[in-house]
Amino acid sequence: MSDISNRKPETGAFFARDRAWHPPAYAPGYKTSVLRSPQRALLSLDSTISEITGPVFGHSMIGELDNDLIHNFARPGESAIGERIIVHGRVLDERGRPVSGALVEFWQANAGGRYRHKKETYLAAIDPNFGGCGRCITDEYGQYSFRTIRPGAYPWPNGVNDWRPAHIHFSIFGHGFAQRLITQMYFDGDPMIWKCPIVGTIPDKAAIEQLIAPLDWGNTIPMDARAYKFDIVLRGRRSILFENRLEGN
Amino acid sequence: MQELGYLKETPSQTAGPYVHIGLTPDFCDIGGVYAQDLGSAMVNEKTLGERITVTGHIYDGTGAPVRDAVVEIWQADSAGLYNSPSEMRGAADPNFAGWGRCPTSAEDGVYRFETVKPGCVPFKDGRTMAPHISFWIVARGINIGLHTRMYFPEEADANNADPLLARIEHGERIATMIATRDGATYTFEIRLQGEKETVFLDI
Repeated sequence: MSDISNRKPETGAFFARDRAWHPPAYAPGYKTSVLRSPQRALLSLDSTISEITGPVFGHSMIGELDNDLIHNFARPGESAIGERIIVHGRVLDERGRPVSGALVEFWQANAGGRYRHKKETYLAAIDPNFGGCGRCITDEYGQYSFRTIRPGAYPWPNGVNDWRPAHIHFSIFGHGFAQRLITQMYFDGDPMIWKCPIVGTIPDKAAIEQLIAPLDWGNTIPMDARAYKFDIVLRGRRSILFENRLEGN
Repeated sequence: MQELGYLKETPSQTAGPYVHIGLTPDFCDIGGVYAQDLGSAMVNEKTLGERITVTGHIYDGTGAPVRDAVVEIWQADSAGLYNSPSEMRGAADPNFAGWGRCPTSAEDGVYRFETVKPGCVPFKDGRTMAPHISFWIVARGINIGLHTRMYFPEEADANNADPLLARIEHGERIATMIATRDGATYTFEIRLQGEKETVFLDI
């Protein structure tokens, strides 16, 4: 129980999702979405207890190297090849409140742009010391951080000459099942962001910019690693009175 | 006038073809990073309630099984309590997390959960919802995770009175949210498109 904050849990329903801010399910520029997108309207419904609730992931499940992709798959004394970086930021909700105890999982290609996966066919080399996954749990201020190497860009079979910009995948498990989110972080200054059909599924330029992490010079560690800051916003929830909780949240 | 000052939710992006690297690394042979894949065991020998298996496929618009997806489920325990800090009605079974995560098989696209049949939980207005399991699905080509629910075929009366199922305008689509049963095994087939497209939720 020591993993659970002393703050009263919030029990309000989640804000409705702004579906125009997210990519639409059907986005033909990203060809795989064509056969995998629901065609019928979603059934809209204010969240119930089944969606407001969610499991807790304790800090006790996190291993010492879980947030160090440079070393968590490497042989003893060795490390992953590539530009050493730190990625850090806060998980907040739409009301700007920190989301503590959120499970943040991340995965990525290696410095050459190759994933460690049997379905991966890119010609770039596998790094024997790089697995490509990590995780952490946000602290009471909603903060997370991890060390990794900057992933490489890579080609993919969508258009004839489509490439993914360098990116890190993020999965975030906040406080409610309805908050569940998977997204990707891109790197500031990468010209390939604006050529990518997956990035291009997002209709609003400001929404795309929300996925681009700036170089955080202030937190760069001399002679070691540059830092990038990436804040993540999960759905907010209404703070309402419940019959069984008249004091509110 | 003051601004409300709300932030915008971070936009969703596809989980991509290699979601297993991040969520179930053991499944894709990246062993030794974590002790085990999260969400791979929902029950232990002390878990209360009726043991069931929930299995099925996710089919794309051509009827082919999606073999690179990850499915997560979230459900109440056998007494109808969620194992969550936001559960205000009582303490859930400590031997049941209520949450599971399973990739679809790379060979045949099957997902499978060993769990317990959930009890009933109330709707916002106090009416009882029929027993159900919440589903969330991500995969390459799914730009934003899909939410749906599985209901139980033997609960016909409860399903008829269920406030969510009652909101489905085209009544024949209700069947897309109800599993089929063979003993203790429930098969819940999810169809992303087509005539029998599953009802997905914006909740």
